[in-house]
Amino acid sequence: MQPDTLDNMPNPVATPQSAPSLAAYLLAAVAGLGLWFALYRQLHSIAEYLAFSLLTLEPGSRLGEAVLFFLYDTPKVMMLLTLIVYGVGVLRSFFTPERTRKILAGKRESVGNVLAAGLGIVTPFCSCSAVPLFIGFVTAGVPLGVTFSFLISAPMVNEIALVLLYGLLGWKVAALYLGTGLLIAMVAGWTIGRLKMERHIEDWVREMHINASDIPEQRLTWPERFAQGRTAVRDIVGRVWIFVVLGIAVGAGIHGYVPEGFMASIMGKGAWWSVPVAVLVGIPMYSNAAGIVPVVEALLGKGAALGTVLAFMMSVIALSLPEMVILRKVLKPALIAVFIGVVGSGIMLVGYLFNFII
Amino acid sequence: MEIKILGPGCAKCGEAEKIMQAAVAESGVAATIEKISDFQQIAKLGVFSTPAVVIDGVVKCVGKVPSKAEALAWLGR
Repeated sequence: MQPDTLDNMPNPVATPQSAPSLAAYLLAAVAGLGLWFALYRQLHSIAEYLAFSLLTLEPGSRLGEAVLFFLYDTPKVMMLLTLIVYGVGVLRSFFTPERTRKILAGKRESVGNVLAAGLGIVTPFCSCSAVPLFIGFVTAGVPLGVTFSFLISAPMVNEIALVLLYGLLGWKVAALYLGTGLLIAMVAGWTIGRLKMERHIEDWVREMHINASDIPEQRLTWPERFAQGRTAVRDIVGRVWIFVVLGIAVGAGIHGYVPEGFMASIMGKGAWWSVPVAVLVGIPMYSNAAGIVPVVEALLGKGAALGTVLAFMMSVIALSLPEMVILRKVLKPALIAVFIGVVGSGIMLVGYLFNFII
Repeated sequence: MEIKILGPGCAKCGEAEKIMQAAVAESGVAATIEKISDFQQIAKLGVFSTPAVVIDGVVKCVGKVPSKAEALAWLGR
C-alpha cells in the first residue's frame, strides 16, 4: 500500500441513486470476509516460506526469528486493523458528538459515568476536538465528572489497541484491557465529580451561554454507512500503517536480540517500583496505540509482567503531554493535576492488580 | 459570501479548508475564507465538534471534512 495514493484519493461522493442495494453490500461483505479469513490463515506459512526458503535464513537463529516475526506480524496486524477499523467506522456512523451530548445532558452522575465511558468508545470525534467538545458538554449541563468519563474513555479504550492486543496476545488480554479501561474511565470520572471541582474550569467557559447550533440531523442510508467505514479505513489505516510497521520492526528487534527473561528483572513482577515508573515514563511519551502494542508484545515475550506492560501502554495512550497543554485552555492547573493524578492512580492500580492475580 | 472554517488546526481542519478553497475556485463565487482556531469563538458559534464550516453565519457541517460536492451545493452551484 502506498501512503501517497491513500492520502490523495478524492472523497467518495455518495450517490444513493446509483449505489448498489443493501443485499448486494451484504453479499460482498460475506465474500470479502471469507477471502479475508482464507488469507489470514495462510499468513504464517507464507512468512515461513519467505524467511526460511526464499531468504534462506536459519530457523531458530536470531536474525531468522526477528525476520519471521516481522514478516508474519506486519500483514497480520494490517489485516486485522483494516477489518476492525472498517467495522468500527460503520458502527460510528450511528453516533455523533451532538447526539451523545443530548444523551448525557442532565443524566445523574453514576449512571452518567457508565454511559459516558461507553459512548466514549463509539462516538467519532477528531482528537483535536477534545476542547470544543468539553465546552459543548459542560455548557449543555453534562456534569463535570461525566464529561471526564467520556474524555478519559475516548482515547484510552481504543479500537486499534484492542484489535492489536487481540491479534498479538489473545482475547483474554484484549478483554482485560477493554474492561479495566472502561472501569478507570467510570471511576476516575466519578471521583472527579465527587471532588466538586467546577470552579477550576476557566471562568470564560463557565460564563458562556451558547445555543447549540441546530444542524439538521442527517439520516444516513446503509450505502452511506458503508462508505463511512471505507473512509475510516483510508483515514486511519493510511495514517497509522507506518507506526505499525515501525512498531513491529522494534518489536522484531527485541524479539530476536534481547535475551529471554531480560525484562523480568526490570519490568517483572518482583520489581514493585516498575508499575509507577512505567506510568511516569508513559506520560511524556506520545504514541498511538498502533505503534505501542507490537512493542508491548515483544516486552511480554521477554518476561515483563502483564500488569506493568498494560499500565505502560494505558499511560502512553491516555495521558499525553500535548493533550494537557490543550486542556489548559479550559481547565485551571489544579483540575489538570487532579485529572492526571486520578487517571494515573487508576492505571497504577490496574497494573498492580494484574501483576498480583496473574 | 463569508466562509469560516472552524478548527484548532489539525490535519482534518486543513483538509476542510482546502476543499472549501477548491470549491470556491471551481464555482467562481466571490467569497472570503477565514480560519478560526480560537476555542472561545468556536464555542460562541455553537460548534463543539470540529472541523466545522460556517457560511454567512449558518453552520453547514460539524465534525467532518465535507466532500467537494457538498461544498459546491452550499455555494449554490
